[in-house]
Amino acid sequence: MQFSILTDYFGTYMEGFRGTVLSSLLALVGSFLLGTLIAVFRISAVRALRWFGTGYTEFIRNIPLLLVVYIFYYGPSAFGSSLDGFTAGTIGLAVYTSAFIAEAIRAGIAAVPKGQTEAARSSGLTYVQTMTHVVLPQAIKLVIPPLGNQFINLIKNSSVLTIVAGLDLMYFADIVNSDTFRTFDTYVFVALFYLVLTLPLSYGMRVWERRLQRKY
Amino acid sequence: MKKSWKLLSAMMIVMLLILAGCGNDSNNAGSNASAGESGSDGVATIKERGKLLVGVKYDTKLFGLKDPSSGNVEGFDIDISKAIAKHILGDENAIELKEVTSKTRIPMLNNGEIDMVVATMTITEERKKEVDFSDVYFQAGQSLLVKKGSPIKGIDDITKDSTVLGSKGSTSVKNIKEKVPGVTVLEFDNYQDAFNALKTGKGDALTTDDAILYGMAAQDPNYEVVGEPFTDEPYGIAVQKGNSAVVKAINDTLAELKSSGEYDKIYEKWIGKAPAK
Amino acid sequence: MDFVGAYSAENLKFLMEGLYITLFVAFVAIILSFLLGCILGVTRYTNIPVLSQISFVFVEIIRNLPLLLLIFFMRFALPEVGIKLGPVAAAITALTIFEGAMISEIVRAGLASVDKGQIEAARSSGLTSVQTLWHIVLPQGLRRMVPPLVSQFISLLKDTSLGVVISLAELMHNAGIIIGHGFNYTIPTLLLVALIYFTVNYLLSLLSKRLEAKNA
Repeated sequence: MQFSILTDYFGTYMEGFRGTVLSSLLALVGSFLLGTLIAVFRISAVRALRWFGTGYTEFIRNIPLLLVVYIFYYGPSAFGSSLDGFTAGTIGLAVYTSAFIAEAIRAGIAAVPKGQTEAARSSGLTYVQTMTHVVLPQAIKLVIPPLGNQFINLIKNSSVLTIVAGLDLMYFADIVNSDTFRTFDTYVFVALFYLVLTLPLSYGMRVWERRLQRKY
Repeated sequence: MKKSWKLLSAMMIVMLLILAGCGNDSNNAGSNASAGESGSDGVATIKERGKLLVGVKYDTKLFGLKDPSSGNVEGFDIDISKAIAKHILGDENAIELKEVTSKTRIPMLNNGEIDMVVATMTITEERKKEVDFSDVYFQAGQSLLVKKGSPIKGIDDITKDSTVLGSKGSTSVKNIKEKVPGVTVLEFDNYQDAFNALKTGKGDALTTDDAILYGMAAQDPNYEVVGEPFTDEPYGIAVQKGNSAVVKAINDTLAELKSSGEYDKIYEKWIGKAPAK
Repeated sequence: MDFVGAYSAENLKFLMEGLYITLFVAFVAIILSFLLGCILGVTRYTNIPVLSQISFVFVEIIRNLPLLLLIFFMRFALPEVGIKLGPVAAAITALTIFEGAMISEIVRAGLASVDKGQIEAARSSGLTSVQTLWHIVLPQGLRRMVPPLVSQFISLLKDTSLGVVISLAELMHNAGIIIGHGFNYTIPTLLLVALIYFTVNYLLSLLSKRLEAKNA
């Protein structure tokens, strides 16, 4: 194994590492906001919103991430605009992940006893107030473990950015590989960069889940 | 649980060390083996199999393009490959094509999945360390493809504020970075993706060999090749290192094609004009 | 946008050829990854010394890496150590290993969810530990595993699209070729492909609901 690849191309790997971290963080925030909105739609009293929310999650969850990314990468040109690979990839990641987050949050909200909602409403809180002050704070505690898993998935899934030249870790690994012709070594090293991100997170998630189980 | 995690880290380190050892051994073993088995009887191996395995592009009009309606792959590279099959095996259809991209062609050749790469591949000193090349079978030069009406008329109009699109693992990407330091280059897995990206406005120009670019311009008349070629890209047919018998068979085929006038016919069929003498 | 040109008979036939490869790879990988997942999951659940630790390390590393990386690695890095796989075999191997690691977690959690009291009762009434696992734990655990297993299988089917990085001639790869053949085929083709994935996955999830209803 040539460790010189790691040292010679460390800067190149790091450039991709930064791209992967940035894309994953932005997509995490985006997918959380979008996912919460869709979850609220799904339990809304307005039928049209419920339908939209259900249709959105069902459709997105059943098509591949790469397809979602392609739609944001190639799609805007039909309307005369354009997104670069990083932006289209990150938006695609956020939209794709939001469907899973919406589902997790919906399940979390459903786990909050109905009686509490009724009590809050009858004591004069509006629907929005009930949601933001009573239901969501409790639901979020329950959805943190699935959210954490989604974040790990996000980091791994961000590797599709390479297909649209999205300047992520895999993209730069491909560039290192076309310089070194040492496929095995190049990609073992890139695996280490991913593990540096995902292993601690997945350890953290386990600790959190166990703590949560102990509490209940 | 805690113990398991400590064990995990320990085992990862051990695995890395093992991999380090493995990597070295196998690389040495690999190069020895390929030199040994393919040294003089590379041609015999092909004859024994009765079929020539050739790596070609599937996404490059004029050279190697898969037609969805017929399922056939067609182009200049395919016709040259057929001539080589005819020379070695006496039958131009005793051939199996496999899809390669600029990124995957050297690994696939070195893995022994294909006997040769006939895929718009420029002969470079760097690549000669990895593979052996035949004589030049096509003379291309790097150029630029832009949307008609673009302010870019040639390489001199490319500045460090431009965005240029290319294919991972191609020489053109390296050349443009040297010609215009600081230019933004976006690299794609294949030319189809790069061309789709140009069409959807991801860059100012697409750069690769003019021959490939002419094929794209033929696919979509809204795009044109601009300026004179600014590099020499002599295409060669690549074989595994040390495989001199196959290189000789290829060179004999090329010489035959040229003396019989068959080469000019193939050239005109795809490129639309006679080759420059 | 050119819907008529994009949906020509030849293009549709070409997409169906891609779908066939997608379904074939997914089908084989679903079976193999389920087997691998069961072996790893049961090993972890029963805590067989050494074996359990090995499968823990294996599962943790594999499920924390991007699948895209594994697919590329199987196809182009393994040959450097003497293992040669074609596009179909490489895709199936990567999917089996990756999804197998994911499934092992589902299997382990499913088995662990079976009431401890029942296990003790079974043991004290004279069943061996293997008998207890086979007759008491597995049947109940399996029933609980069905919903997460099906969503994992749907993920697997979607993930076959990552085969584009190794030129696997599946649905997304063929869609890319069609897009390149016309001036304005991008959006029509992507929409049609989305619809195909959605339909196949939706049928799969309906099937699983049937299964659940029957089992309940």
